[in-house]
Amino acid sequence: MNAVMGKWLGGREGFLGLIILAVLIMVIMPLAFDIFRLNLIGKYLTYAFVAVGLVMCWGYGGILSLGQGMFFGLGGYCMAMFLKLEASDPISTKIQSTPGIPDFMDWNQITELPWFWVPFHSLTLTIIAVILVPGVFAYIIGAAMFKRRVSGVYFSIITQAVASILTILIVGQQGYTGGINGMTDLRTLLGWDIRSDSAKYILYYANAVLLFGCILFARAIIASKLGKLMLAMRDREDRVRFSGYDVSSFQIFIFCISAMISAIGGAMFTLQVGFMSPSFVGIVPSIEMVIFAAVGGRMSLIGAVYGTLLVNFGKSYFSESFPTLWLVFMGALFIGVVMGFPNGLAGIYVSYIKPRFFGDKRGVPTMPVTSEEAVAVETKSINSTESLGHHNASV
Amino acid sequence: MQLGGESYMSSTEATKKRDFVLTIEGLTVSFDGFKAVDDLNLYIDKNEIRVVIGPNGAGKTTVLDLICGKTKATSGSIKFKEKELTKLSEYQIVREGVGRKFQNPSIYENLTVFENLEVSYPKGRSVFGALAFKRSAEVISRVKDIAKEIMLVDFLNTEAGLLSHGQKQWLEIGMLLIQDPELLMLDEPVAGMSARERELTGDLLKRICANRSVIVIEHDMEFVKAIAHRVTVLHQGKILKEGSMEAVQKDPKVIEVYLGH
Amino acid sequence: MGGYSASELIDIFSMQAFAGISLFSVFVLMALGLAIIFGQMGVINMAHGEFLTIGAYSTVMMSKLAEHFPAITNVYFIFAVIAAFIISFIVGYLVELIIIRHLYKRPLDTLLATWGLSLIMQQFFRSAFGPREVSAVLPDWLMGSWSLRDGLDIPINGIFVLGLTIVLSGLVFIFLFRSRWGLKVRATTQNRIMAGAVGIDTAKVDRTTFALGCGIAGVAGAAFTTIASTGPTSGSLYIVDTFLVVVFGGAGSLLGTFASAFSIAQAQSILGFFLSGSMAKVITLVGVVGILMLRPEGLFTVRVRK
Repeated sequence: MNAVMGKWLGGREGFLGLIILAVLIMVIMPLAFDIFRLNLIGKYLTYAFVAVGLVMCWGYGGILSLGQGMFFGLGGYCMAMFLKLEASDPISTKIQSTPGIPDFMDWNQITELPWFWVPFHSLTLTIIAVILVPGVFAYIIGAAMFKRRVSGVYFSIITQAVASILTILIVGQQGYTGGINGMTDLRTLLGWDIRSDSAKYILYYANAVLLFGCILFARAIIASKLGKLMLAMRDREDRVRFSGYDVSSFQIFIFCISAMISAIGGAMFTLQVGFMSPSFVGIVPSIEMVIFAAVGGRMSLIGAVYGTLLVNFGKSYFSESFPTLWLVFMGALFIGVVMGFPNGLAGIYVSYIKPRFFGDKRGVPTMPVTSEEAVAVETKSINSTESLGHHNASV
Repeated sequence: MQLGGESYMSSTEATKKRDFVLTIEGLTVSFDGFKAVDDLNLYIDKNEIRVVIGPNGAGKTTVLDLICGKTKATSGSIKFKEKELTKLSEYQIVREGVGRKFQNPSIYENLTVFENLEVSYPKGRSVFGALAFKRSAEVISRVKDIAKEIMLVDFLNTEAGLLSHGQKQWLEIGMLLIQDPELLMLDEPVAGMSARERELTGDLLKRICANRSVIVIEHDMEFVKAIAHRVTVLHQGKILKEGSMEAVQKDPKVIEVYLGH
Repeated sequence: MGGYSASELIDIFSMQAFAGISLFSVFVLMALGLAIIFGQMGVINMAHGEFLTIGAYSTVMMSKLAEHFPAITNVYFIFAVIAAFIISFIVGYLVELIIIRHLYKRPLDTLLATWGLSLIMQQFFRSAFGPREVSAVLPDWLMGSWSLRDGLDIPINGIFVLGLTIVLSGLVFIFLFRSRWGLKVRATTQNRIMAGAVGIDTAKVDRTTFALGCGIAGVAGAAFTTIASTGPTSGSLYIVDTFLVVVFGGAGSLLGTFASAFSIAQAQSILGFFLSGSMAKVITLVGVVGILMLRPEGLFTVRVRK
């Protein structure tokens, strides 16, 4: 049991960090907010999947993908296609010139369901597609780049270009994709009204459970030898290569995993928010998701969740109260985090909060890399009240 | 013009029949027309310590780069026990049994000595192998054996970044030894070491060549004299002279290259 | 391409080629600045597009100013180009001083910080100049087109912008490869420590080089006003394309930057006649990314001994 805890939960501290986050998300937030706000938080938490994926591939693997929105979007679109087909049964679409196909196809003079839409009649195939389509797409990009040793900023720029290509394509092919408006008016999942309050609660919890599942899965990977190799590769790629490892296969793997985790988030977004559009696919959302991970601490899986929540709360606060300042706030966040707090909230926790409340005077790792340190960083929390709770619990 | 060609050609006849660990023939690499290694032939015996010396820019490191696949040859062949290496990628060459130490110590500073050696342990090299890899008793005992060999057994839990320069060099050698390569290539292993550390490193090399061949690039002639079975002198990408240390040191061409300008 | 006769096709190609020239010029000027900043210094400046915007707004402001002095309406554009350069140069100098110099060893972090900077600059433009696009009043001699023969018209502003691009590229080339200052830049980028050891003030060289790259982006902005109107996000629309141009050409190679800007702009422009604009862009970008995957080091590179 101890060994299992050590590996999957990240030791006592890692376990506590998870518990605190779970209590916050599953108990405190549902009690503190009404369903409208909670649904909003649920939406933010779907971005946290992307941030968790970025911690893995950027923080641990040193691969900064500026196209994670693609995978979020692909996952979301797969789910949206299923819901759209369900919403487009021949009876509700009988006023169209071709009943039984999605409304935007009809508007674009398409008279038959395109072949790649057909599998999305089945929920099972849709769930497989949510994971597999982004996974395969990431594999193709990853294989093409990492096998040719494209890395660092070149990789970032090319992922950004691919994200912009995909956006232009989705917007341009509106007969197949719904264009700039995306896929809207999604109502039911196997006849279950996803817009009802009860459905929103259930989906919120389903989303939270999936998010924790992904965090545990990511931790298991980081705690394995593969996690150590990722760090080793980030810092000394050649040494790893000349120790007999095929570096590119590890990079492809971690990139695919992070893509698939992001895609789950995308699918949950569609379910909770009821639509999917190209505005979550392109360059701007992709790089915004990087800042979620950076604010949380690029090496901290739990930090990624806090970072996502914090930035999005900030975003909604600023855009409601000071709309003109929102971009400035976001820009300042990018600059401030990178220049002042490269380890984000997790770094602040380790350097300031933890020593004060735990009397832990040991040196602060700038880039925590051994598993113990990484775990230590993951148990950060965003405010002192929580730290006190954390303290009590550990006594 | 092939420097030292004649003496070399006569020995090639004899070499054909013997079993070499490494057979390099006609190896050439050019960078934008500049030939860093030019039609090189080199044969390494089993259990041999071969030291490669030569002035700066002679192509020593490039030869190691070519063998381990870091640089691709323009032409020529590199055979490691009947296996052609020029077609393989770096990690495949390592898996064939060729280990390479870099000029500057290349270790994982943020991992402990134990973890450095563990990561280099030749199991769990595929993605899923690495996911399933467990720190078994076998791994632990192997890591400890190697740590003993490289004189770092007391430092197993030390972060590698905190080691002295010499210890880092040893650690990197240890990371290669744990893979038990048949051919070990060391690029300036004693650079920056104290006299005492040099001595210990010399002993280490003598111990580890018991069942493998070692190619060493080195500038320190005392050290070369202490360890070399044979010495190869490279100059402008070609072999200037090959033989025992004494023979090489007496050779007028070698003297001219080293002192003539 | 059915339905077009051979001579029509030639005309279409030439027309689109000349239409592509304006795009090419803006690309080259943007990419030239970026080739210096990214190719020579290795800094990822995601706010590079905003320097184009600075140049464009400077030109618009100069044009507004010129309306009050009818005597200079015909020549103001020349001053506008100079002003665009100087203002962008100064802003670039300050940006290097405040942000970039702390991040030289962390290229990916520079990318994020400059992205943040670009957001702030966009908001600044929006507050200062309003969200709507504005245009400069072009002098008469820049308007209209030059009819080479029937069915083949060449816009004069395109030719002017092309001329400006060629002159500026020549100057940059002389600066970088024929002047003592350029020698210092190249020495610093190739071996910072040695350059410092032989008495080059590397911090100053970095700052000036970065500022120069930004200044050239400012000139790109002045050129931009001749083909489109300026809004707060005008420059950011070009940033990914520009990075692709530089990477595609082979970072560090000015000739490569030229060749790649030319091929990308022309491919986009010529394809744009036969397909929808968005598909032309998709196909061009897919082609570029595809070629980059086959040849990650770009079109023009030298094999070096490492």
